[in-house]
Amino acid sequence: MAPIEVTALKKYYGPVKAVDGISFSVKEGEVFGLLGPNGAGKTTTIEVLEGLRRKDSGTIKVLGMDPWDEGYALHRRIGVIPQEFTFFEKVSPREAIIYYGELFGTRPDPDEILKMVLLEDSASIMFDSLSGGQKQKTGLALALVNSPDLLFLDEPTTGLDPSARRAIWEVIRGLKAKGKTIILTTHYLDEAQQLSDRVAIVNFGKIVAMGTSDEIIREHGSGERLEIFGDEAIAGYIRTNAGLEAEFDDGVVRVAIKLQKDVLTALQAAEASGHEWTGIRTQRDSLDDVFIKLVSGAIDESGEMTSKGSRSDTEQQEG
Amino acid sequence: MPSGGRIWSDFVVYSRGYLRNRFGLFFGLVFPVILILIFGAIFSPSTGKVTVYVQNFDTTPEGAGVQFLNALNKTGTLAINMVPTSDTLSSYLASRSTPDGIIIPAGFTAAYVSEQRVNVTVYGNPASSSSTIVLGTVEGVANLFNLERFNGTVIVGIAQTTVNTEQTKYVDFLIPGLIGFSILVSPMFSLVNVSSEYKKSKLFKQLSLTPLTKMEWLAAKVMWYIVLTALSFALMVAVGILAFGAHITLSVWIVPLLLLGPTLFAALGMLVGTVTKEPETAGVVGNIVTFPMMFLSGTFFPISIMPMYLQSIAHVLPLFYVIEGLNNVMVYGNISGAIFDMGVVVVITIVIFLAAVRLFKWRED
Repeated sequence: MAPIEVTALKKYYGPVKAVDGISFSVKEGEVFGLLGPNGAGKTTTIEVLEGLRRKDSGTIKVLGMDPWDEGYALHRRIGVIPQEFTFFEKVSPREAIIYYGELFGTRPDPDEILKMVLLEDSASIMFDSLSGGQKQKTGLALALVNSPDLLFLDEPTTGLDPSARRAIWEVIRGLKAKGKTIILTTHYLDEAQQLSDRVAIVNFGKIVAMGTSDEIIREHGSGERLEIFGDEAIAGYIRTNAGLEAEFDDGVVRVAIKLQKDVLTALQAAEASGHEWTGIRTQRDSLDDVFIKLVSGAIDESGEMTSKGSRSDTEQQEG
Repeated sequence: MPSGGRIWSDFVVYSRGYLRNRFGLFFGLVFPVILILIFGAIFSPSTGKVTVYVQNFDTTPEGAGVQFLNALNKTGTLAINMVPTSDTLSSYLASRSTPDGIIIPAGFTAAYVSEQRVNVTVYGNPASSSSTIVLGTVEGVANLFNLERFNGTVIVGIAQTTVNTEQTKYVDFLIPGLIGFSILVSPMFSLVNVSSEYKKSKLFKQLSLTPLTKMEWLAAKVMWYIVLTALSFALMVAVGILAFGAHITLSVWIVPLLLLGPTLFAALGMLVGTVTKEPETAGVVGNIVTFPMMFLSGTFFPISIMPMYLQSIAHVLPLFYVIEGLNNVMVYGNISGAIFDMGVVVVITIVIFLAAVRLFKWRED
């Protein structure tokens, strides 16, 4: 059985559908990212999974348990770092680890955990004097006190500067390497991409895309295309003689590629056209492109979001 | 299945945090001592002399005028300052913004010897308590002079005493009151603050993810405030005795009150912090609950000096029973009275503690 199994989970706050029928499962040893804008329902989802909030409907099993009813037992086996982690002001990271170790009855070696979260140098600084990144690392350290196999990280790097974020990523990669199963929420795309094996893009309480980055791009992106730097006549020649879709915009001819040999066909046609061309490159939508398309598109309409390469990268950057 | 180990761990972390925070330490230990020093000094009998300005127009050397002033001086209640007869006393007093003055008229000795009525003029402000003291003192001395002139003897005298076997001073009543004050203030304000702040910063959520239960958490807080109360009790008693020579009966009957009081007000603080949504609201509600109790429960003044309707309010305030219990043990040695007070406190504590634990939520629905 997978560590996390969620089916048709719903959680409404009055008229607000915070989580509106979400289903996914997280495999053992996997890093699963819930990616979405603020208010998408990520934190509500993760808090229901942690047993901090009661679900309205749906089925959830976390390590085979119901998180709300069996929370007390579940909490001994999971590690959690909540959103905007804070702790007692006048406690150092080392003392906090010892305290948590005593509460859990696990009494771990504080130095080992401090090393795992790269916090050895600040082990004795009071919590209220730590930097944002160090506070977050303290949170991670506390999540590890009971050596859980399943970790919940709710926006672990929100509000941190880039170098602190990278340090946290380093820690999370280390945990993944130890074989821990991790579910994390983030609204940073690069974070989801850097850390997660699989991502679920969440918007308005629903999952709008799920899979590895490649799977999501393949399914929801505009596909691969060949770009030829040349004049408009080339586009027309390719369309008529090679039978491929080609468009021209601002000195670039864009040819949609369905099969690998289409590249060759298009280039031969370009050469045969007799017009000057100066360079080529292949392009595909990044997860970034797909994310923006899915999340902002969902506001207007949910229908034809995977439009066929009509939108170029340059246009998008301008817009 | 509460665990003593977890309570102890939480106690250690909380108390260490408290001791590292200078504000907490100040309000928990230093502030009550400062209060004793201030109130003790204000009502200390040695500073009770009223300054009075006197002009003596009686010119007879060693005459009745001089003797009258000597007699006033001996009462020990007045500090007499002589004013030259060339000055006008009323403007002299006005220039010093002080109301109290006495004039011995010219020919005072002659009038006294010849048994002619003569008036000593007393300046004063009817609204000022110092003027009442001056008037009373002058009256007393004048009566003695009248009696002596006719060779009379004092028949009805006054022997001063109080209900305790030893003489009771104001500071003796003050110390139980201020101990009650610190029993109320530290646990109450801290728990209002902590429970609403932890709710806002999601620290309770954080703790709910550990095996620590809310019962254990509250028990650790109660334990700390009992320790803090015991410390401030020892400090206040020591200061009261060393600085003001207070007479205090120390007995084991104080112990139940030092255990119950902090438990009661820690639970009450948590109840306030729990039922309010925002820390700001919690602070306001906390003050609304705390301040009337602080002033109406016999903290700074015995409630017997208050009007009846305020006294009946005092009887529904939990702190009143804590302080009355302390007074019964420490001042009056009235143990059966103290047991009644403890009974009332036990009942209130149980009700509030259960309400607080019941309404207090680690996690939300």
